[in-house]
Amino acid sequence: MLTPDLAARLEAFLGAGLVTAKEEAPGSFAVDGVLPSAVVRPASALEVEEIVRFAAREKLAIVSCGSCSKLELGVPPARYDIALDMTGMCQIPHYDAGDLTLSVDAGMPLRRLEQTLAEKQQFLPLAAPCFETSTVGGAVASGIDSVLRQQYGTARDFLIGAEFVDGTGKLCKSGGRVVKNVTGYDLHKLLIGSLGTLCVITRLNFRTFPLAHVSRGHLASFAGAEGALAYRRQLEAAGLPLSNLEVLSPGIATILAVILRSAKCSVPQGLESGGWCSYVAWEGSEAVVARISREVETIARHTGATQGEILEKSADESLGGMLREAFEWLRFASPAVLLLRLALPEFTTEVSAGLFDILKANSSRGAILLRARGIVYFLVQEDTEEGAALDRLEKAAKDAIALAAGKRGYATLLHAPLALKSRASTWAGIPENVGMMRRVKHAFDPQGLFAPGRFWGGI
Amino acid sequence: MTTSLLRELTSLLGPANVLHHKEDLMLYEYDGSVEKGRPEVVVFPHTTEQVSRIVKLAAKHQVPIVGRGAGTGLSGGALARSGGVMIVFARMNRILEIDLENQRAVVQPGVVNLDITREVEKAGLYFAPDPSSQKSCTIGGNVAENAGGPHTLAYGVTANHVAALELVLPDGEIVRVGSQHGDASGYDLCGLFVGSEGTLALVTEITVKLARKAEAVKTLLSIFDTVDDASQTVAEITARGITPAACEMVDGWTLGVIEDYVHAGFPRDSAAVLLLEVEGLCEAAETQAEAVAEVCRTHCAREVRVAKDEGERELLWKGRKNAFGALGRLAPSNYVLDGVIPRSKLPQALQHIQEIGKKYGFGIGNIFHAGDGNLHPIVLYDPRDAKALEKAIAASEEIIRYCVDLGGALTGEHGVGMEKSELMTLMFSEADFDLMRRVHDAFNPDSSLNPGKIFPLSKGCGEIRIKAKSGG
Repeated sequence: MLTPDLAARLEAFLGAGLVTAKEEAPGSFAVDGVLPSAVVRPASALEVEEIVRFAAREKLAIVSCGSCSKLELGVPPARYDIALDMTGMCQIPHYDAGDLTLSVDAGMPLRRLEQTLAEKQQFLPLAAPCFETSTVGGAVASGIDSVLRQQYGTARDFLIGAEFVDGTGKLCKSGGRVVKNVTGYDLHKLLIGSLGTLCVITRLNFRTFPLAHVSRGHLASFAGAEGALAYRRQLEAAGLPLSNLEVLSPGIATILAVILRSAKCSVPQGLESGGWCSYVAWEGSEAVVARISREVETIARHTGATQGEILEKSADESLGGMLREAFEWLRFASPAVLLLRLALPEFTTEVSAGLFDILKANSSRGAILLRARGIVYFLVQEDTEEGAALDRLEKAAKDAIALAAGKRGYATLLHAPLALKSRASTWAGIPENVGMMRRVKHAFDPQGLFAPGRFWGGI
Repeated sequence: MTTSLLRELTSLLGPANVLHHKEDLMLYEYDGSVEKGRPEVVVFPHTTEQVSRIVKLAAKHQVPIVGRGAGTGLSGGALARSGGVMIVFARMNRILEIDLENQRAVVQPGVVNLDITREVEKAGLYFAPDPSSQKSCTIGGNVAENAGGPHTLAYGVTANHVAALELVLPDGEIVRVGSQHGDASGYDLCGLFVGSEGTLALVTEITVKLARKAEAVKTLLSIFDTVDDASQTVAEITARGITPAACEMVDGWTLGVIEDYVHAGFPRDSAAVLLLEVEGLCEAAETQAEAVAEVCRTHCAREVRVAKDEGERELLWKGRKNAFGALGRLAPSNYVLDGVIPRSKLPQALQHIQEIGKKYGFGIGNIFHAGDGNLHPIVLYDPRDAKALEKAIAASEEIIRYCVDLGGALTGEHGVGMEKSELMTLMFSEADFDLMRRVHDAFNPDSSLNPGKIFPLSKGCGEIRIKAKSGG
């Protein structure tokens, strides 16, 4: 617990202005209603080390924060003394455009990074939701999905190193700044999706990618899931290099149409067809883009698309951008929402039917968004967060988690009413290797300073 | 090695799967590096359960263990630095499951790298990581070292193609990490274990991701009259955002050595060649090939040849991939380095390496993965000349130190092993070592598994411990 005396001592050695006491701390640092006792905003890795050492001496719990857009992921912390606001660390200490490698402070906003890289005709495919405000460190630590994973993979595929302060208060590093490197353990990979439970990330190193000359998007509609999934299978079998590949159930398509309209963006006709939709996008030279356009349209016809259109540029940008933000608008799609992310070895019509059976059995509304191979967003909607509605959401969560486990996958609760989070498991039960995760946690953070209780198995 | 441990191992595995006579153990004293280390017994399990029981027996008798695949490693990773039990996975060599639709396969660690591709190529799939030794190296070893190869430039290293692992921990516990779909639940433990050089666990089963073969491939050989022109070409290809599937450089001296052995059609009179490969849809391969050729000509390429057919392509790659075999015919010993530098620094790095060679009186050949900055300078020396050995060591250290000073790394694909453990202090601080040791101790607290690897044995700064191979 950060008492006023401790807060004063923290401020004394860090300097005034870096510490904000609880009463003045913005609510944005709350994690599911749990507020910190103080907010500290370091400007350097050295200050982070000092804060962590102070916390270690005084046995205080730290939660690292970026823009606070995704703090609801995970379980609320068992203790929360200091919110470490990392937005004060937002420089690019190293960018070798000729080598396509980058070293960036954790507090750098994704949007600002995108602009800097674009000046050199490059980009980072960390196309995470809440893009306008998210920081690089927050996006990586949250493990949240990138809409470009179909082609570029996830952070695991382009994170090449990191610097971070461990639980002993020392600045450490892993990896490096070159695209190929097997020196030492790849500890930086552990940070992805770790929700700040291992360390305080101060800097991340990435390989960057060239911006494509030309890109295109296409939206196809289908009468049912079978057609949409057959389309998806054939696209993958054709080996076409697609940057985006999303399948939307009718409910998702309808919500998306409403959101696009309210944002005064054009709404592709297919979204309002009442059927399943699939959005695909691709990029490359003019010749490559033209070739893929022909193949996509052919495959759409062969798999029974009821509608299909190559999107004009601004419509494609709007739709692609909105799908990147799916986590953001799905979690607010209704007064009460359960949003789960399932990771499955494969997504079949049987799985689709299984998820809709859950909705039917619970008399709930809901929808599915399928992203890349095996990643599914399962949305369950109710009109209130109380009483029988809450019970239905809880049952839907349990049934979906069981379905995922039965298919050798797992489910993560991304959003649920607060009352449900305390009742349901955020994670799909206890994973079989939670013991190994506890060993890693203890190695990084021997005293359990960082976000205690936020992670799998109470870590 | 106690007789009771030997008896228990023989009882568990059968005498045909246990070697303990000196003349048998000598075969396992070496790998592809210049290091040596003899085990006290070599065992050949067939199942994960047997591996677990071997580990438990070794723990009971307090004897160290080292895992080994085909022994093609280049850093001493699969050598028994402290004696003990060597577990050779050669007989765990089955492909257990192939899921073509979802592009996955489950294999045992003793499966040869290229055999995975051979099994699935009719379906238009393959396993992308392609170390030069892929006809003999095993997937278990690839996982331990996070192996690379020429085509990792576009497709990534082994870690990018492993979805899940089954492991035996140093206490004998059998665990699984990763997932079928490649996304970790919880911490990315799979990402931690790939490349951990057998110091955290033994790999007993691997779920690999299979890539789809590209529709078209074009292989180009660009011929240059100076090394600088070739290296400037690589720097510009990278800077322009062109990502070939492979970009290999061979200098003139090495070309002559390869031609004497392989007859791949490399020009003997050039200073350097680039072996470039682009692939993708036909349109993409065509566009990329033109772009790459244009950059080559901008930097004074004397000629840019395009392989006319698959036969020509295979011959060019045969030349590249058999290069180290060719070098082995030359000098009594050669030392192949494995530093990495930013690609933007390639021209200056190659020049500086030649200057280091002149300083120590060596010619230094180069054949390497230019496209990802992974250098393989080759220092030839006669181990019978003690002063030459000393100079080779000093030259090697200076080259590696230079790579790190340029912002690079000690090793791009060969691993740290025994060979570079003392150089780790060039890249890592005490705090870094403390954390890596804590992670190591979390799984291998007694250092019973592959001891003496990765971490410096001394706290000194950069003393390389290289032992020359005996004989030619």
